[in-house]
Amino acid sequence: MRAVGLPALGALGFILLWWGAVLVEVADPVLLPSPAETWRETMHALNTGPLWHDLWQTVQRTVVSFLVASLIGVPLGIALGAQERLYRTCEFVVDFFRSTPASALFPLFLILFGVGEGTKIAVAAFGAALVILFNAAYGVMNARRTRILAAQVMGAGRVRIMFDVLVWEATPQILVGMRSGVSLALVIIVVAEMFIGSTDGLGQRVIVAQSLFESGLMYGVIFLAGALGYLLNLLFLILEKQFVHWAGK
Amino acid sequence: MSGGIAPRETALSIRGLRKAFGGQPVYDGFDLDVRRGDILAIFGPNGCGKSTLINMAAGLLPHDGGEILFDGRTVADVRVGYVFQNYREALFPWRRAADNIRYPMRRLGLPAAEIERRLERLSADFRVRFDLNRYPYELSGGQQQLVSIMRSLAIEPEVLFLDEPFSALDYETTLSLRALLQDVLKGREVTSILVSHDLEESIVLADRLLMLTRRPTSVADDVPIPLPWPRTPETLGEAGFVAIKTRCLRVFTEAVAGA
Repeated sequence: MRAVGLPALGALGFILLWWGAVLVEVADPVLLPSPAETWRETMHALNTGPLWHDLWQTVQRTVVSFLVASLIGVPLGIALGAQERLYRTCEFVVDFFRSTPASALFPLFLILFGVGEGTKIAVAAFGAALVILFNAAYGVMNARRTRILAAQVMGAGRVRIMFDVLVWEATPQILVGMRSGVSLALVIIVVAEMFIGSTDGLGQRVIVAQSLFESGLMYGVIFLAGALGYLLNLLFLILEKQFVHWAGK
Repeated sequence: MSGGIAPRETALSIRGLRKAFGGQPVYDGFDLDVRRGDILAIFGPNGCGKSTLINMAAGLLPHDGGEILFDGRTVADVRVGYVFQNYREALFPWRRAADNIRYPMRRLGLPAAEIERRLERLSADFRVRFDLNRYPYELSGGQQQLVSIMRSLAIEPEVLFLDEPFSALDYETTLSLRALLQDVLKGREVTSILVSHDLEESIVLADRLLMLTRRPTSVADDVPIPLPWPRTPETLGEAGFVAIKTRCLRVFTEAVAGA
């Protein structure tokens, strides 16, 4: 009860605060529409069509770029983590690009992939892959030494130890990396939808609503993007709890 | 050298062992023979290299020189078991307890029926009353270390190494595990090398106690322990035990701690 009750109370408080701000006219109603108006306009956009399409496009792009990032980041991270000297060699480069704002790479990726779906997905996948790789490598490098020795004394060779111990030891950290990766992919996709020749997606919808002064809709789409990010994060938290039942034990 | 053991009776033979850490010699020409079926306990001050010795023998740590042979073979060709001090980090928490025990048998390529037969025999020998289909973290510390011990014995090792196996457990659990372990080790005649920092445990569980000095490590005393098996909590009060313990304490204070 408390797990749902208290956060719900907080959310209600936020909406009341918003409503209060509208009532005392803190800002121009064009800039700050009421929660009711936001709800109405967003529901209208959802019911009459394009917003569902936008939401679906953003979800698809995020999921595809996340999958590409995972397919590259997880195996590469494990392989690099298993050879610490090699990882130390690559660490600076990985860290550097991990810290580089992915949005700064848009122009470069536009040259490489042209104006289209490919570029958005490539930038998002690039950013997410580095986060996932970094976490996977650290998960492997932080594997309990005793467990590796135990496998070794029981007759496991290098490859065996990799699949029977290192991958499992790294799994909690890999899932943490995937959770950060999917959030980052969403951030990059939404920005890319605003600026890289897009006609749909939540990012596009926000910026169009803003330019048309449909502020109710703009707020609604922002919340929709927020809900999407929150749900993706929640999904991975549940996955971590269910799948990595041994974590921290 | 601990002379007098005929070559065929020797399960483990160490000659001229050398090992240094960062230029500091730990072992510089160390010899040891372990008789087949014996339980050898190794006792010595902190940092004298007790664990280092069994780690080198078990092939977990390279040595700088000398030989370690198991009836003429190197460790790569020998089935060895190893029980770690930290059972929590030695078991695989993503596998159920029974699968942890099956793991080394699968690595050995034993047929499934044989694996199950050995698993049942081990459960019977150790009088396991908890559910082996649980995950290690669902078991108590003593149960987890028992699973570790079963896992190490599943491959029927030629030599079993135990690195302070009870030091993380409470006294009551230690007493009951000691009793089970000595029954099984003596019943199966497993050659065992036990590292312990508990003098009482080293005496009560061993046929022979090796007391080591500070670095560079040598043998301060090689104590036979001819007390009858099985050894019970009452053994700790008997004259034979007390005499051995007195001798060992004297050696420890004079040669080991005083040096």
